[in-house]
Amino acid sequence: MGKYIVRRLLQMIPVVLGATFIIFAMVFALPGDPTAGKCGERPCSPEYVAKFREEHNLNDPLPVQYGKYLGKFVQGDLGTNYYGIPVKEDLAKRYTITGRLALMAIAFEAVIGILAGVLAGVRKGRFIDNLVTVSTLFVISIPVFVIGVFMQYLFGIKWGIFPATVPSLEASTYSLILPAFVLGSLSIAYVARLTRTNLVENLRADYVRTAVAKGLTKKRAVGVHTLRNSLIPVVTFIGADFGGLLGGAIVTERIFNIQGVGGYIWKGINSRDGVAVVSTVTVLVIVYLLVNLLVDLLYGVLDPRISHD
Amino acid sequence: MRGTTRTVAVAGISAAALLLAGCGGGGDDETTDTSAAKTGGSISVRGCNPENPLVAGNTSETCGGNVLDVITAKLIKYNVETAAPEMDIAESIDTTDNQNFTVKLKKDYKFHDGTVVKAKNFVDAWNYTAYGPNAQLGSYFFEPIEGYADLQSEDPDGEEGPQKAPEPKAKTLSGLKVVDDNTFTIKTTGKVSNLPVRLGYSAFAPQPDAFFADPKAFGDKPIAAGPYKLDSWTKNAEIKLSKFADYSGSDKGNVDNITFKIYQDSGAAYADVQANQLDVTDEVPASAQIDDKYKQDLPDRNLQKPVGVIQTITTAPAAVDPNYGPEIRKAISMAIDREGIIKAIFNGTREPATGWVSPVVDGYKADVCGEFCKFDPAKAKAQLAAAGGFKGGKITLSYNADASHKEWTEATCNSIKNALGVDCVATGVVDFSTFRTQIHDRKMKGMFRTGWQMDYPSIENFLAPLYGKGASSNDGDYNNPAFDAKLAEAAAATDGATSNKLYQEAEAILAKDMATIPLWYSTTTMGWSDKVTNVKVTPFGVPHYAGISLK
Repeated sequence: MGKYIVRRLLQMIPVVLGATFIIFAMVFALPGDPTAGKCGERPCSPEYVAKFREEHNLNDPLPVQYGKYLGKFVQGDLGTNYYGIPVKEDLAKRYTITGRLALMAIAFEAVIGILAGVLAGVRKGRFIDNLVTVSTLFVISIPVFVIGVFMQYLFGIKWGIFPATVPSLEASTYSLILPAFVLGSLSIAYVARLTRTNLVENLRADYVRTAVAKGLTKKRAVGVHTLRNSLIPVVTFIGADFGGLLGGAIVTERIFNIQGVGGYIWKGINSRDGVAVVSTVTVLVIVYLLVNLLVDLLYGVLDPRISHD
Repeated sequence: MRGTTRTVAVAGISAAALLLAGCGGGGDDETTDTSAAKTGGSISVRGCNPENPLVAGNTSETCGGNVLDVITAKLIKYNVETAAPEMDIAESIDTTDNQNFTVKLKKDYKFHDGTVVKAKNFVDAWNYTAYGPNAQLGSYFFEPIEGYADLQSEDPDGEEGPQKAPEPKAKTLSGLKVVDDNTFTIKTTGKVSNLPVRLGYSAFAPQPDAFFADPKAFGDKPIAAGPYKLDSWTKNAEIKLSKFADYSGSDKGNVDNITFKIYQDSGAAYADVQANQLDVTDEVPASAQIDDKYKQDLPDRNLQKPVGVIQTITTAPAAVDPNYGPEIRKAISMAIDREGIIKAIFNGTREPATGWVSPVVDGYKADVCGEFCKFDPAKAKAQLAAAGGFKGGKITLSYNADASHKEWTEATCNSIKNALGVDCVATGVVDFSTFRTQIHDRKMKGMFRTGWQMDYPSIENFLAPLYGKGASSNDGDYNNPAFDAKLAEAAAATDGATSNKLYQEAEAILAKDMATIPLWYSTTTMGWSDKVTNVKVTPFGVPHYAGISLK
């Protein structure tokens, strides 16, 4: 197990290096000049452009720029973005808020999704099953910004139960409930469907029949024996989803004015801010790899046959 | 739940403010009329992320500009309603020849750090901003002042070359002289009749001694002489201002604290105004402008007003694309159904342009463009035939695709296509920076969208920087010696009315050449919560923050 973890961690190094270089090269290859939009509708003065390019090493060829960036990166210095704010400072703030949001969304997914899936799976073909099927279909078919704006209007503006947007400073967990639910809504539907299908499938398996024949209560047969096996694809999905939620929450973040990671990447790409984009995505890649490792380890817990000893 | 606690807190503040106002009322405030705005309390307004550190001479976009507007005081300020220049720090600005100006300062203005505003603070700040190697964005404002060229230096082998630009010849503008603590003189290279009007732009704000000690740190916590002072700036979150007790100008603020809450999206700010969590938004999202929805959402809490912005279509210089001569431009202009597009796409939030100058400025003359800016498909077609027809195959109209320009460019193209029978394609360029780079490098062919937001409310600002030979924003390389001569003549006129008349004559030359195709003038739409009142907007489209008060 320990050996397995070490091997996986070592594998991460080339992946991270490769990812940073590819992203760096891609931002570098984008057409357009980073200073062109900085001065409103008029072109920036040549002095301003020259100073700006000097400060951000933009006059060097790509490999030199990348080398300079990497040299600083390994020392833990992520550079400053085009707004003159240290990227590290920005990232710490933004990953905190986006991380909280993603974790809350995952919690919604896991609790509501699995619960709905189990209820539907156990009572297959009954009312609750149909209700889950129809409502998940409904959620999946509506784009997230429609759900977001609608929920914001209903709960934030009309009824005033939740704040309409998230305060930028000291965002309370309470204010994050609404965006987290919106963010997780699509995945809740997927989780519910995945759980239901797998549960239905496994309930027909021989070992469940054996367990019931041995005299186990239905609760125990479903809860311990079937559900554990059925959760493997669900865990895979949630793990992959966590990474997606971190970087892909941009729509939800815009609706609720959350200064998160998605918006930072979007803005960075728009202003050709290579340093900001690469650092953000690198952290994203690392988080993604770690979560995947965690998912692989969880498999062993759920099904001892695929443990990594 | 949050909403409730917040309301309670604000109510508490208002009660305290009422008490304070009550105390003050018994004293020397007898002359104030009863309708005077209530003072005290706190408000929050929509803000966005400043692109640069908050240095007055280095800010040319609205996110930082809006904040600087309320914390700085300049020689001149502009009337909130009419944009007419009024004396602020300046006691008087005198000239007899439009070239030598004597500026006398009022003695009682102070910076937020307690130091007195002296003539030297202006001269030093202007020299700093104008000095090329400091690379300040507001540098070009000082171009008319004598000695500006000596503060700049050219890179001998261009940006790409290995050599660095040499040090400029001089460090200070020879046209600026401090006479005493409260007087300084300005000498311009040529005659500039509207120089005093320009001095209200934030690039001309004075800087305290603290600025020159550490300009970099200063940008995070600027010190100026305006009605509000900056207390803290939390990046990407909020900018907090509070009333400056020692402010001695006439534009005293009403509320005690203003917080700029930073939003990435105008929709989120609008939602917060509806939920009473934000007091003022200066941007109403397009979705709320459909069928004037904002008027139902925020009844009696909205306003719409024309601002000093004009949208135009510029055609590529003849050297880049020879197919768009002046006569062709006239045909295209007459083929655009401005009113129809404004109604269908902009929900009536624009005004059809009848010339090249915004109606909000002094010197505006209506209908300079005449019949060429009126939609008339038959005439347009005849004009095109008279001009020899369009030889470039199809007309292209480029826009930056990262903002909402697709709809109107397509509608404009359809209008041209239907009227002229020439194919017209709206072409999206991936984003604003790519778009501007292509225009700037003269690589963009065909037509493209251009917009101009005035720097100062003068007819000159809509002409010289856009159509003067080699001017910084002359994207279509318009060049007409007669036009340049008129501009020079107008700049020399010592009398305001004469000068404006000459500028109008210059504008008439633009009409003859159809320098660009005027489309429409912009308006701004704002909304506010039911806690505040007295919300006004300046002709620049910026809320008059100091005038806002709680109900």
